[in-house]
Amino acid sequence: MPRYVIRRLVQAVGVLWAAYTLSFFILVLLPGDPVSAMAGAGADSAPVDPARLEALRHEYGFDQPVPLQYLNHLGHALIGDLGDSVATGRPVTQLITQALPQTLLLTASALTLAFVLGGGLALAATFSARPGVRQVLLSLPPLGVSVPTFWIGLMLVQFFSFRNQWFPAFGNDGLKGLVLPAVTLAVPTGAQIALVLAKSLITTLDEPYIGTARAKGAGRRHVHLRHALRNASLPALTVAGLLVGQLMANAVVIETVFSRNGLGRVTQSAVSTQDIPVVQGVVVYGALVFVVVNLLVDLVYPVLDPRIVLAPRRPVVAAV
Amino acid sequence: MGRTLKHAWLNVGLVAGLVVLTGCGGGDSAGSGAGSSSTPKSGGTLTFAVGSDTGCTDPQQVASNDSIYSVRQLVDSLTDQDPQTGKIVPWLAESWDISKDATTFTFHLREGVTFSDGTPLDAEAVKADFEAVPDLGALAGLATGYLAGVEKITADDAQTVTVTFAQPNAQFLQATSTHSLGIVSLASSKLPAPDRCTKGIIGSGPFTLAGYAANQSTTLKKRTGYAWGSSLWKKPGEAYLDQVVFKVLPEAGVRTGSLQSGQVDAIGNVGRADESALESAGVTLEARANPGVVFGLSPNNAHPILKDAAVRQAIGYAIDRQQIADTVFNTGTEPATSVLAHTTPGYEDLSGQLTFDLDKAKSLLEGDGWSAGADGIREKDGKKLSLAITWFANSPTNQPSLELIQQQLKQAGIAVELKQNEISQFATILQTGDFELAWGNVTRADPDILRTQFSTALANFYQVPETGLEKTLTQQAGTVDEAAREKLVARAQEDLVENAYTVPVVELQTKLGVAKRVHDLNFEASSRIQLHDTWVE
Repeated sequence: MPRYVIRRLVQAVGVLWAAYTLSFFILVLLPGDPVSAMAGAGADSAPVDPARLEALRHEYGFDQPVPLQYLNHLGHALIGDLGDSVATGRPVTQLITQALPQTLLLTASALTLAFVLGGGLALAATFSARPGVRQVLLSLPPLGVSVPTFWIGLMLVQFFSFRNQWFPAFGNDGLKGLVLPAVTLAVPTGAQIALVLAKSLITTLDEPYIGTARAKGAGRRHVHLRHALRNASLPALTVAGLLVGQLMANAVVIETVFSRNGLGRVTQSAVSTQDIPVVQGVVVYGALVFVVVNLLVDLVYPVLDPRIVLAPRRPVVAAV
Repeated sequence: MGRTLKHAWLNVGLVAGLVVLTGCGGGDSAGSGAGSSSTPKSGGTLTFAVGSDTGCTDPQQVASNDSIYSVRQLVDSLTDQDPQTGKIVPWLAESWDISKDATTFTFHLREGVTFSDGTPLDAEAVKADFEAVPDLGALAGLATGYLAGVEKITADDAQTVTVTFAQPNAQFLQATSTHSLGIVSLASSKLPAPDRCTKGIIGSGPFTLAGYAANQSTTLKKRTGYAWGSSLWKKPGEAYLDQVVFKVLPEAGVRTGSLQSGQVDAIGNVGRADESALESAGVTLEARANPGVVFGLSPNNAHPILKDAAVRQAIGYAIDRQQIADTVFNTGTEPATSVLAHTTPGYEDLSGQLTFDLDKAKSLLEGDGWSAGADGIREKDGKKLSLAITWFANSPTNQPSLELIQQQLKQAGIAVELKQNEISQFATILQTGDFELAWGNVTRADPDILRTQFSTALANFYQVPETGLEKTLTQQAGTVDEAAREKLVARAQEDLVENAYTVPVVELQTKLGVAKRVHDLNFEASSRIQLHDTWVE
């Protein structure tokens, strides 16, 4: 077990490095640079003195050879210095740590909601004895997955905020402001959890041990919740680990629609101004969260299913 | 994090960028007044929703309307510009003298003006403010442009400041009325550019900065004891409003819905699609055309096909400007009737030349040796009449306008390819001349913008050839007498249109949505807002 964890931590460092490096080179390969983006911020086509742009590029080090810029950035990142935002001059770490709590709150609420809604839907669909009800319930998750998140957000805000002013349409204020964005964010995630869990439950319910349990006289509900759910939840858990990444990506859209402050907004403005240090910082944090969550998921497997052993040589392949 | 995710982010960024930049318009009806007979009263809060935040609270370093709206209120300017007449009138400067050759500007400041930190606004403060401008960097492009060629700035006595330029620079007087040359305190002038953005500046304006949360909101508080307003303002002394909150709502639909449902009092950037919903909700829509160079196609005049005047002129005649104004832009938008918008001082009505005349376009091309090929696209010496339009995703009206132009030009046998670029490539593309036709506009309430854009002595991005135009543009920059300058500016516009060095298409109109309870939310001369006279019921 400890060897397994150490191995995974080493892998995590590798993932962080790869994410950092890849994002750096993608940003550098994009046409234009942060200095031109700043100069073009007014959108008007007023000319900017080329000599002035050159001087600024020099100041920020964008005139150095790309490999040198990369090593320079990486060296600072290794000692925890992610640099300053080109667009605003604020330290990247400060920008991220200020925005992170809001995004964590949003994604955690959404993930909880997604588990409750998605899990509930899957259980209800597979438990239902009437084929019609089951069919309707089972067709909901594919719908939830395929509808664009921003559309759900706009529809919710239209009804619950503009038509009936039950919730605010924008801002980070209080629990009330959290409801609409969290629900919006939970829909696609919950739908995927429901999809996987329902499929897995249906498969599990066909397994011989379920028949044994039934033959021993266990009630329908008992078999469903005690025997089937536990085994069937492993694939859903795997998916949930991966969905954390998706949640963070969707937060970019949700935070924009609901005008919430958070990591998504920071990312969006950083990408649009090619603010390399900030994007790099967000990528590192995002990769970190992703790696940690998936490690936690892996560590939970043996708790749910004692047959799974965490071995260093054989990474966990859950029954997907 | 693969390319897909990155791509998604980019798209989001782009969409948000579009939303941001929409807000550049204005109307001839300077002022709302919304038809209520009640008398103005002090107090209350105005909540204004904008689409974007550039992350800077220094008026000298912002160029996006969404940011200008709020930070403009923090500072006063030496002069103000009458939106009706374009005339420059007193504000911090009670009077001024300009040398005959337009190189020396002396301003006589009013007494008793203080910054919100209590320090006096005197000649030393103005001198320090202007002297700091060249070091502000990339974000201060507007301000540095206005002060380009400055030779020296002297504080002759406590209330007199003189600015001397190496060359004639008539535009400087109007420049002193803009937000970009608003005066900040001595302490703020000493701060490095990024600090001025993040920590905010100390100004002498009718409002002070009470709070700023990046990408979220900017809060302004009334400056008590304010007593040096512009000579254009109706109310003497302090502003009416106690507080103004600017909320950043990137989604256009959310801005519109929030105004309809009363969650905000006013919004910028009203698009055509949202007009009827807002009007039926009792919202007042206010519009004013942005002064400056209108939206149009600026050719690379050195391009092998486009250096031929007949081709450029044919493009001008093949464009149905009215159709573009009526279908793409917000209601009331006017087709271009000159290179300059009709709200620009010195504007000359050239609607007689800027007509839609497909037959003329065709005969011009025919006479020039371009004959229609099998696919309807014209050819000359085996070469197709095919051109690329370079554009940037900085306004949601760009793409539909250009798709319409693409169809219209096809009728004349001109094939058009649309090349979209990120706004971050803008400077590079113009500098390298790597374009055939570029789509864009520039907001500026002084005709000198023609020199900035088309002078062969400056950047000359559009590769305008050396002609008499250059002399006219230089002359107007050195002419103080208004009537004489207007004549020169008119000649420059005629020259530009006649030779089609640029093809004007449509004016940009800023449209605001304002709730009924809000009164006197006024446009200033650059089609941005002035909140000193604004009051709420």
